[in-house]
Amino acid sequence: MTRITAPVREWASDFDVLDPAYLADPYRIWDELRGTCPIAHSDRRGSNWLPTRYDDITAIAHDIEHFSSLEVAVIPFEGEEPDDPILPYGLPPISADPPLHTWTRRLLLPWFSHRRVEGYERLTRDLCTGLVDGFLGDGRADGAADYAQQIPVRVIAHILGVPSDLADTFTGWVRDVLEFADDPERRARGVTGLIEYFVAEVAERRAHPGDDLLSELLHSEVDGVPVEDSIVLGAAALVLIAGVDTTWSAIGSSLWHLATHPDDRRRLASDPALMPLAVEELLRAYAPVTMARLVTKDVEFAGCPMRAGDRVLMNFPAANRDPEVFDDADHVVLDRAHNRHVAFGSGIHRCAGSNLARMELRVALEEWLRRIPEFRVAGGAEVAWAGGQVRGPRVLPVEFP
Amino acid sequence: MDPDKCQGHARCYALAPELFSVDDYGLSTVIGDGSVAPDLEDKARLAIANCPEFAIDEIG
Repeated sequence: MTRITAPVREWASDFDVLDPAYLADPYRIWDELRGTCPIAHSDRRGSNWLPTRYDDITAIAHDIEHFSSLEVAVIPFEGEEPDDPILPYGLPPISADPPLHTWTRRLLLPWFSHRRVEGYERLTRDLCTGLVDGFLGDGRADGAADYAQQIPVRVIAHILGVPSDLADTFTGWVRDVLEFADDPERRARGVTGLIEYFVAEVAERRAHPGDDLLSELLHSEVDGVPVEDSIVLGAAALVLIAGVDTTWSAIGSSLWHLATHPDDRRRLASDPALMPLAVEELLRAYAPVTMARLVTKDVEFAGCPMRAGDRVLMNFPAANRDPEVFDDADHVVLDRAHNRHVAFGSGIHRCAGSNLARMELRVALEEWLRRIPEFRVAGGAEVAWAGGQVRGPRVLPVEFP
Repeated sequence: MDPDKCQGHARCYALAPELFSVDDYGLSTVIGDGSVAPDLEDKARLAIANCPEFAIDEIG
């Protein structure tokens, strides 16, 4: 069961990223905090810090001595760790520090290089075209559930070499882990589902290897030593978890922006050459992902007494709205020329799938706008947002002529 | 271009592929000796202004 918590009254000293006010409009809260208490603290869900300034967030991301990635879940896991966990290293490289981080990341990066990602573009475009075909004649669609949600999971399934007809099952597990993280039963169900699935797939790939990421990981060696199964399982689960909710949220938020800002929508629809800069600006303004870091030893950071065992929520979305760094930070400027946004993080944990995410977002918007240049949020409809670790619309009813 | 700062965001490559190349691990390098033809100076400045790691500098 999702726990009901008291509404937040003091954001500086008692924040909760699952509070309905934060889910609905975190931007106003970050603005208020930057002006009064730029690194907030809360004892809800353990001792957590919430920085809101670009410089603080990027400095923490680069200080891997004091801020470890051993706990990256924004909502901490509860309950006892089993004595013999199936994933003793979590989901490397995201949940690892060097040296484990370094070599596991090198195993994954080539699968998401510019060159490889170009090879996934045809598949992505065909997928988007087919989805639009499915609802174009209806004059209405759910931009989140019928479109955004359907795209990244299938591209990732292709890369992993797992069947895309299980897309809804994968999506359910990922949502259980990330979106319903304050419901221990649901989170456990998602984790168990993912692990059991990949345990079976690993056995299958050992017997019948293909040319997919999972098969290649299983047959890779580092310094002459085969990579152990628990690392392969963790990395495969990571690719699915990190590659699904995140990009889907970015696509959904971008569609929401275009549905609610007709000038931007018409400008982008009539000038496709604007798309690469527009994609970066939409990523800046609606960065979906917040991560966590674990404080490894007592440290005073920007005047805040952080204790070993505290957690810091890496508020990359707030960094991207910092008016000290971005002119007119709360305003989407589609052709923004100076844009050092950190939607994909900063430092050694820069999102390994960023090339893929960018391509998927660009192609999803291109194919939607090419066929549906005019659309708006359906009259009387409610848009529902998920938040916490990953922010994006989950229900986005739109109508078009 | 500071290879120790580059974390593979590949923004420079996307904005100015004439000036930067990127390897399979995402790391960018400057093509040639780093000198920029006059007609590419705007692109070079755009690449500098979009690097989230502040890894690119203009010299000379």
